[in-house]
Amino acid sequence: MNQLLFLILFPFLAAVFMLLAPNEKARRGAGYVAAFIILAVSVYLLSTNFGEPTGYFDVRPELVDEAILAGEGLMALYIIYKSITFKKYYPLALILTQSAILVYLEINKPNANLPYNLFLDRLSLIMALIIGITGGLTCIYAFGYMRTFHERHKEVKDRTNVFFFVIFAFLSAMFGLVFSNNILWVYFFWEVTTLCSFVLIGYTKSHEAIHNAFSALTMNLLGSLAFALAILYLSTMENPVFGLDQIIFMNKAIVLLPVVLIGFAGLTKSAQMPFSSWLVGAMVAPTPVSALLHSSTMVKAGVYILVRFSPLYEGTASGEMLSLIGGITFLFASGIAVSQSNSKKVLAYSTIANLGLIVACAGVGTYEAVWAAILLIIFHSLAKCLLFLSVGTVEHRIGSRDIEDMTGLITRMPKNAVMMLIGIAGMFLAPFGMLISKWATMKAFIDSNPVLVGMVAFGSGITVFFWSKWMGKLIAVTRMHKVVEDKINTGEWAVLYTLTGLTISMCLVFPVVSHYYIEPYILEIYGKTAQLGQDNITIMLLMLAVVLLIPFSLLYYGKERKHLSPYMGGRTTTLDAKFAGSMGMQRELSLKNYYLEGIFGEHRVMSVGVPLSVLFIAIMFLFSWLQYAGVFT
Amino acid sequence: MNLLYGLAYILAAPALGGLTVGLDRIITARMQGRVGPPLLQPFYDVAKLFEKEKAVVARSQNLFVLAYVVFMAFTGMLFFSGGDFLLVIFALTLSHIFLVLGAYSANSPYSFIGAERELIQIMAFEPMILLAASGMYLVTKSFYISDIVRTQVPLVLLLPGLFLGLLYVLPIKLRKSPFDLSTSHHAHQEIVKGITTEFSGSTLGRVEIAHWYETVLLLGFVYLFFSFNPLLALIAVALTYVLELFIDNNYTRFKWALALKSAWLVALVLGMGNIALLWYYMKGL
Repeated sequence: MNQLLFLILFPFLAAVFMLLAPNEKARRGAGYVAAFIILAVSVYLLSTNFGEPTGYFDVRPELVDEAILAGEGLMALYIIYKSITFKKYYPLALILTQSAILVYLEINKPNANLPYNLFLDRLSLIMALIIGITGGLTCIYAFGYMRTFHERHKEVKDRTNVFFFVIFAFLSAMFGLVFSNNILWVYFFWEVTTLCSFVLIGYTKSHEAIHNAFSALTMNLLGSLAFALAILYLSTMENPVFGLDQIIFMNKAIVLLPVVLIGFAGLTKSAQMPFSSWLVGAMVAPTPVSALLHSSTMVKAGVYILVRFSPLYEGTASGEMLSLIGGITFLFASGIAVSQSNSKKVLAYSTIANLGLIVACAGVGTYEAVWAAILLIIFHSLAKCLLFLSVGTVEHRIGSRDIEDMTGLITRMPKNAVMMLIGIAGMFLAPFGMLISKWATMKAFIDSNPVLVGMVAFGSGITVFFWSKWMGKLIAVTRMHKVVEDKINTGEWAVLYTLTGLTISMCLVFPVVSHYYIEPYILEIYGKTAQLGQDNITIMLLMLAVVLLIPFSLLYYGKERKHLSPYMGGRTTTLDAKFAGSMGMQRELSLKNYYLEGIFGEHRVMSVGVPLSVLFIAIMFLFSWLQYAGVFT
Repeated sequence: MNLLYGLAYILAAPALGGLTVGLDRIITARMQGRVGPPLLQPFYDVAKLFEKEKAVVARSQNLFVLAYVVFMAFTGMLFFSGGDFLLVIFALTLSHIFLVLGAYSANSPYSFIGAERELIQIMAFEPMILLAASGMYLVTKSFYISDIVRTQVPLVLLLPGLFLGLLYVLPIKLRKSPFDLSTSHHAHQEIVKGITTEFSGSTLGRVEIAHWYETVLLLGFVYLFFSFNPLLALIAVALTYVLELFIDNNYTRFKWALALKSAWLVALVLGMGNIALLWYYMKGL
């Protein structure tokens, strides 16, 4: 239990230190140490709980409950204050309603059998490891990044103390979220993550940043409202239950409605359609924030709660709707990614798409689907964190985040380009992580829902398209050869190398992770488990070995070949792709990717996706209501 | 899984594929009222390519092409050993991505457009073949080729939509009209040789060998639909190939948008339709 409390409290203490630190140097020094400790303890937690069954822990409730209540009150006041200052009335209305519900709950305190407040099972263990590793690494990276950021953006007021305060508080809340068994606690930490992301997105205080921060706040508060309603429902039941461990083994007919409400909250937090716009808008924040939101925190909280309740969705009509919302999001968000040339936007849409796949798995809720969902969470967070951080690094060096400007990055920033290539391969290509999970997903869906299989089939084709054309841009050999890879500090390099290493090694060790952590968890809940066939694992490892060998052979391969300039329809062309144009002018060749706007334009796809997903959400609630009313059994 | 068949594929497929392409050229010629080249012409061509000067635009491009051949052979080996169908499809995609990357790395306009078009073609092809694998799973309850091939159920009768859909998208991988957008075996192509423009000599020869491997693999896909009767299956495979030749000679090249949209529409209507019907039929039982 001490480790759990440490992981929740220590980041918060570090956060307070960040806020109060006298100068940048002290903050950075302490920050490196704190991030490293968080990382180390989360790994230590994994090693000490190797093969242990689920543990439940009690914390002196009164004192902590009061602290939580006070925290909730403070957060509500802060949001009310900000909403009034900026004249945003939707979040104001939402937070007031929510607070009213909480006050009501506090007054009419149900005498529920108090559950254990904290618990540690293998799912929380995996989540904690993801938060600790990718979150910790992102923190370390952020110190170097933010310095450069403020050098380059003089117009932004330097509030790095607030920035790192929120980042560490965010990690603390995430640990709290995954370790909490008491749903009231889960709700509290849920709110903290909403607030943290609000502050981080609005960090630059530009008009756009404030607008996007409030849009994220509004959508997430909508989710929290649903969460609060779920708690209200649970407390008014004949035998109120507040423990996650109790809820997931309850009769579906009784708890489906609150669980669907919580599922809705999960949809807003994991940026599923129609709420996807807040995550896309969140990229106005400095890049480490995106890395944090997309890989270790925020959206992972959303899918965590969905996966947690997944067994209850299995075989219900509401669960089917939930999985369709995920399926639509996967398909449509992948489509939109095709039409984007802004690399951060491509990453954002790919995150949304992959979360969609996880949500679809959670909605299906069979043991195979949950197994696939957890694999997806693990692989996605590593590869996505790597991609965001390398895009951030490249942006600072070449001054652009546009994929077209990354043409020939392999000659200009070779190390970074290779890391980015590994990250991208990790997102879609056999035999890397995300493909393994996509494969597991297809196997999980085929037995339960043919429509989802279709969505994955089409979506996976689209995924191949937009990632490959990005890879193509990176590896185009332009003969400019001005390496601009200096001036990246050691901390950033260390983080990038570690993440690259983890992305690759995770593909090698995933059978082990699956065997010791994922499968026992599934077994505990369902009584049976899924896995990948032994021969298939062997084949994947073989493929991985071959793929990894390829870059090395470049050292020996084709050295004695004659270099020619590219074919340009017979025009005289130099080796660095300059050709004789008309009027004796020498012109430079430039090539642009296809973006297929006519088919995959953002506006076009959203105009179909949003109404469709709203419809499915409505049907999801309708079904759970019908079941509650006893029409369905 | 039986690795022996896989190894046999590695050895025999280039010969079989090359012969198929040789026959292809003769039949095509007859359709056009010409005599055509000798049966072994494809082998002569490739042999000659290997004697040419080694010239490149970017050194890395040849490496990517090598990976293309290696993974194409690997994919086929996996298929003929009786491996997992989904893994076969993913490995096939991986192999094509290597070809595309090779074309991109040259940073040349014609190969660049060829690469972009090839990606569109991959995007057009993939849903259909994934659906075909899913349909076979629904009938046989296995993704393993070794199980699918042993089934006594006439798959083609239960999966007619998927079979027709596969026939529709097959020209994409066979590089035949109306889908020979990224590169073509015909001389006429508005983007020179498309994706292979910057490949020459032995590298181009390897691209051709990979194509032989792939041809045999694709015909293996067709075989599965008829595997309840091997003789019938072989006849069906031969007829399919001739049909694709006929289409090749009678259709003009589609624009990319039409290629993509029509392939998806076919996958959606015939593929998904077939799967949905089958699903509810089996649920009904």
